[in-house]
This record gives sequence, structure tokens and C-alpha cells, in this order.
Amino acid sequence: MAADAGWLRRALGHDLAWSFRHSPVTILAAFLTLVCVGAALFAPWIAPHNPFDSATLNLNDGFTPPAWTEKGSAKYLLGTDDQGRDVLSTIMYGSRISLGIGLAAVLFSLILGVTLGLLSGYLGGRLDAIIMRVADVQLSFPAILIALLVDGVARVALPRETHDDIAIPVLIFSIGVAGWVQYARTVRGSTLVEKNKEYVQAARVIGRHPTAIMLRHVLPNVTGPVLVIATIHIATAIITEATLSFLGVGVPPTQPSLGTLVRIGNDFLISGEWWITVFPGAALVVLVLSVNLLGDWLRDALNPKLR
Amino acid sequence: MNLRPFLAAALIAFSASSQAVTLKWGAQNDILTLDLHSQNHATTNGILQHTYEGLVRYTRDFAVEPCLAASWQLISPTQYRFNLRKNVKFHDGTPFTADDVVFSYHRILQPQGTMQIYVAGVKEVRKIDDYTVDLILGGPSPILLRNLVDFRIMSRAWAVKNKSENVQNYVAKEESYASRNTNGTGPYLIKLWEPDKRLVMQANPNWWGKLDGNVTEVIYTPIKADATRVAALLSGDVDIVTDLPTQDVTRLRNDPKLKVLDGHEVRTIFIGLDQHNSELLYSNVKGKNPFKDIRVRKALNLAVDREAIKRVTMRGLSIPAAIMVAPGVHGHSPDIDKVSPVDAEGARKLLAEAGYPNGFEFGLDCPNNRYVNDEEICQALVGMWARVGLKAKLNAQPMATFIQKIQKFDHAAYMLGWGVATFDGLYTLQSLVRTKTTGADGSFNLGRISDAKLDALIDALKTETDVKKRDGILREVLVATRDNYYYVPLHHQLRPWAMKKNVSTVHKADDRPESRFARID
Repeated sequence: MAADAGWLRRALGHDLAWSFRHSPVTILAAFLTLVCVGAALFAPWIAPHNPFDSATLNLNDGFTPPAWTEKGSAKYLLGTDDQGRDVLSTIMYGSRISLGIGLAAVLFSLILGVTLGLLSGYLGGRLDAIIMRVADVQLSFPAILIALLVDGVARVALPRETHDDIAIPVLIFSIGVAGWVQYARTVRGSTLVEKNKEYVQAARVIGRHPTAIMLRHVLPNVTGPVLVIATIHIATAIITEATLSFLGVGVPPTQPSLGTLVRIGNDFLISGEWWITVFPGAALVVLVLSVNLLGDWLRDALNPKLR
Repeated sequence: MNLRPFLAAALIAFSASSQAVTLKWGAQNDILTLDLHSQNHATTNGILQHTYEGLVRYTRDFAVEPCLAASWQLISPTQYRFNLRKNVKFHDGTPFTADDVVFSYHRILQPQGTMQIYVAGVKEVRKIDDYTVDLILGGPSPILLRNLVDFRIMSRAWAVKNKSENVQNYVAKEESYASRNTNGTGPYLIKLWEPDKRLVMQANPNWWGKLDGNVTEVIYTPIKADATRVAALLSGDVDIVTDLPTQDVTRLRNDPKLKVLDGHEVRTIFIGLDQHNSELLYSNVKGKNPFKDIRVRKALNLAVDREAIKRVTMRGLSIPAAIMVAPGVHGHSPDIDKVSPVDAEGARKLLAEAGYPNGFEFGLDCPNNRYVNDEEICQALVGMWARVGLKAKLNAQPMATFIQKIQKFDHAAYMLGWGVATFDGLYTLQSLVRTKTTGADGSFNLGRISDAKLDALIDALKTETDVKKRDGILREVLVATRDNYYYVPLHHQLRPWAMKKNVSTVHKADDRPESRFARID
């Protein structure tokens, strides 16, 4: 076990840092991710306006174009939407929601998938068969369909008045449920390999509880691939959330995510107010692309076969 | 193999189709049912008027003219005699007679329908002979003929044969033969209805009347999404679009292939306030109802910037409103419909006087798919009221859920629009201001306003036949409703329609295009 932990530390301290320094695309992606995350995290302090304080909105400022155009105003760098909300500020606040939902959904998937994968791989038998068959069935559906299904059922099952309040937890749950299979299958594969190794057998011989063996001995040795999947999954989760919100089943317009902003702005595209939809769309592309590039890089860097 | 018969048939089919003039019409909503006595819903009535007719109908200018009744006379102030048009046949060939009128009267009154208001005041329909009926009224009714326009006639024989004597119970999701099939006397036959997809109408070759236009086929397509509906017109997939998104009107106006027909709708959008409960729901004020205080209601009115809503949210397509009826409705007059300028300072002062220096919270219920920019307007109101300290919590829902909630009085404030099918102010005042009863009186007085003085005046309007005197009362009630700030009127909607250059039709203030007026050149 000590040898394996050492491998991880070596990789992080040495190989990863080396490959990061030698990949300009990755550096750029990391920089953009930092900017997005920073803007989202510190939005309440750095955003020029608070788009959700109704008392500060002025309807008369509605549909102001971006500052550099003829009718633009320096007050609103990227223009305003139909209610006079500053587009730049709504993007900052929107990224908060998008990133938050994406991260929470990934965390949920990860916990669910890793647990089921560990159980499935370590205990085997009928439980393994059931979990893996469920995973097979779920893999045959696109993730977005499952998220839509869960979301739809939740909407019917729960009273209408509570929809806005619970929209975000429901979204996290539905996106999370849609993504656990990858984790479970990867972890199960690694667990099958690890559980026959001598250190696991030794732990079993000295009478450690199976839960302890799974958590303390097997789990640390299957985390590498899980990290890679998780990073790439963040990008997918953000896109899924944006798609759901674009379709109108995601977060309510009172707490818009990037997807909701694109949907709202879409109504004004034909009439020429392009900035309301284009800027949130561009922010979404930048965010997802940079997270994805980081994930790709991490996958290559951690894969010894590619070296 | 001899192909000649096939070719001949193909040729005939081709020449027939080349003569057909098809109007492709795109709009936002689908109809709810084909049962003409079931749902008082503007879109449904707008389609069904193509196939079912009433005793009277509107001309292009909303004057009443004979339809299935060829003429009528007043026998006494409470008895109208209608002489029915002879040789009129329903689409299935059965002749139209007085029995059908009596049958339809009893059918429209059935409680599961929502169309009773169109025979309001009629106590009895009496058959005199096959082509004469008498309408016996409860009292004199100055607006009877306008009410009757939407009282449409169904064939008794057809209804009996198809077990559709009862009105479809729409709320209970019931279906009947008559909710899926039609058999009227009107200018168009409904050939096909695929809900939420399309509805196809064909000109009735045996119609008693004559089309003003030349359209022989109408394909009605409901297209929910604003951008898609406009794109369908721009790409030429449809010939005419109603329910235009306000933001796209300018662009459509500038398109050389299209034209925009301007017109207003006799519909007023307003905010209603609960003035009945002793403790306001969805509010942080406990033990009392601030909306009972005229100063609070006045403050709500003063804080609204109707010009900003017009300019930004409606892109100019609204007339800011001070009274509850729109231009074109009898009783409206520009001198009483002058909007006072927005006055946030005054509103704050009034709230302080009323004992709410820091304002208060209340729920605002809004539909989000019914009126032009309904949810956007509510969002804007939230901001305007926030500036005087009133925190409105917006709850925007689809019309179907919204209307159930507010009809249960489960609200503090709500947005509603009121269109006037009869073009007379009484329709609005009776529904919205008259104290609520179980009948047509106060049917949509959902804030449960109760003003004994106005009730007496509204009741007088129903039977007053002296035009000058009646106009005086109408004006008095409209002004009193305004000055008591019983409602927060926002605006009267403007409803342009866009169409290809070669299409011409008549803009109707009830927002119901009639294909018999349409021409394609």
C-alpha cells in the first residue's frame, strides 16, 4: 500500500507538474477556468450590479446594447436584458448556479458510483450482477434523457408551489443519478484487480471488517481514474444542466443559470438584441471547454500507457 | 396496363387543387375542444365561429347583423321575436329549424359549460313555429343582441344521434362525439383536428351566405414558441401569424415580403387585489389586510410606470390604462382614461400614512403563457414596487394552474386580462366589480370587491334602456372604480397581425381573425 500511495505522490509532484508546464493549451485552460470560477465565486463582491435586487433595476434601461456599440452605455459593459439587468452581472451570478449545480451533481454521482462500484466489485455475487445489469440498462439511455425523466417525475410528484424552491436540489439529483454508471464500472474493475492482491488478503486474514478493507485499503488505490472521470464529468454536468434549463425544465428564471439566460435571450435573437443570448452562451462555451481540456490533460498525464 | 384513367384522375385532382386557395394561419395556442358550448376561451371561440353560427353576428365594424335569424322585432321590452332564416342546412344536410335554437339554449345553460353569459338575461326560448322563436327576458336588456353573438347553434338531430346532448365536462377530461366532431351551418367545415398539431377547414359549398374573401381552405397551426412562429412566417411556411411577439414586430414591419395589420384588442390587463380576507394571504402583515386601505391601493397605482412598460416591455404595443375598459368598448372615453404620471415619492408617503413606512411583502400570481409578455410585465412590476418598499413575491405559472389557484381566492394579488366580447362596458363591470354571486354577477371579481353603491348602479345598467341615461351611469361606475383604486389597470393590448403581402383580411378587435373576410391574391 505504501508503495502505491508513493506513486500517486510522485506523479503529482513530478510528472503532472512537468506535463502541465509543457502544455500551453492546458495552461490557458487552467487560467480560463480560474477566471470563470473566480468570477462566479466572488460575484456578490465584484459584479458591477446585483441583478436580483429588484429595487435597483430600472426598466427604462432595458435592452441597452453593449458599451462599445452606438447606443451602449458605459454603465453596462455587455448591455442589459429585457428587465434592465446588467448582462455581465447576470453571467457572473449565473455561472455560480451553473458551477454549483455541476460540482454538486458530480459529487453526488461520484459518491453513488464509487460506493456501488466498490460493493459490486468487492462483494461480487448476486449484488454485483444486479448493480451491473442496472448499469447496463442505464448506459443504453442518453444521460439527458434520464435527467429529463427524473426531473419530470419530481415535478409531477411534488406540489407546484415548492417547485421553485426545490428546483436546484432536483436538478442536482437528476443529473447526478444520470452519471453514476461510469464511476461504478471503473471502480468495480479496479476493485476486482485489487481485491486479489496480497495486501488485501493480508488485511482479510488479520480479521479487518470488509467495510474497513474497502474504505481504507481498496478505495485509495482506485481513486486515480475516478479523478479523471470526475473532471470530465464536471463539463458534461454543466452542459446537461444548461440543456435542461434551456428546455425550460431546469432552474427558474428568478435564479438563472447560464442555460436559463441563453433561453431567455433566445426570444430576442430575431429582433436583433443578440447580446442577451450570445454572451451567456459564450461564457458557457469558455467554461465547459476549459474544464474539458483540463480533464483531457489529466487523463493523458495520469495514464502510464500513453507515456 | 392502361394508365389513361389514372392520368385523368391525377389531372382532375391537380386542377382542383390549383383552384383551392389555402390560408395557412399560425398562432400561439391550440383550441381546447370542438364542443361549442363547453369552454369560454377566446381561441376556441375564434375557430368555432368559422363552423358554428348564432342568430346574429358581427359585421367588419362590430355592428350586429342578421345571421341565422333573418330579422327580429321587439314585441315587448322583455320579448324578442326572431324570424329564422329558411333553407339553411347543417353540414350533414339536416335542415335548421327553431327546435335547434331551443335545444342549443338548454345545452349552453348546462352547468359544466362556461358559456352561460352569452344567454344572460334570457329566461326562456319559446318555439312559435318551425321558423320563429321568442326570447323571453327577465327584464329589459339593452345589450341582448351583442350577447347573443357567441350563442351558437348546434343541430338537435345530430346531437341526439351521436349522444352529445350533454355539454362535454372539460374539467373532468371528458370526451364526447361533439368534442371531436363538428356539424354547424357556418362558412367552413372542420375537416380535421389533430390537437397541438393542426386544424384543417374547408369552405362549405352549401353555405347560405357568400364569402367576402376567396379562401377555400384554412390550415391552422398552433406554434407555441415565439421565435419559431415568427420564423415560420419569415420562411413562408405560414401566410398569416396572430399572437406576434412584441419584440419582432419592427422587424416584420421592415420586411418587404410582409405587411403588418395594426389594431388594438378590446382587452385590458390589470392587477387585482384581495379586498375581502381580514388577513392578507402570502404576506408578512398579520392580523389585517392592507389592500382594504385605499391609500395602499393608491400607492400601488402610483408606483407603476406604465410608460416604461409600454416602451420597453411592450415595445410601444400598448395603451397605458387608467380605467378598466379599452378603446372600442362602449363606455370608454379618452378623457377618463388619462394615466397619472409615476410618483414613487407620493407612493412612499401614502404607505407611511397608512402605517407601512417600510412597506410589506405580498404574493403576486401571474400567468406566463396567456397575455402578451405577461410574466415580463410582472417582473417589471416587482421592480417598480420594490422601489417604494413593497416586496412582491412573483409566482408565474401556466394559465391552467394559475386560473385554478386564483379562482379559489388563494392569492394576495394577481394579474388578469379582461376582453370584452360584447363591446359594452357592462360586461367588464358586471364580471369584475359587481359583488360576487354564484352566477354571472362578479364571476371574475376574484378580489371580492363589494361596493353596495356600485352594485346598485351596475344592476341599473343591465335594464336601463334610455341610452343617454345609461351612458351616464356607465361613466360614473368606470370613474368610481378608478378613483377607489379597486384595481391597478396596466394597459390595453395592441394586437398587430403579420401576413404575406398578398394576403388581406380585416383586423378584428376581439383578436379573432375570420377567414370569410380573408383574400389571397
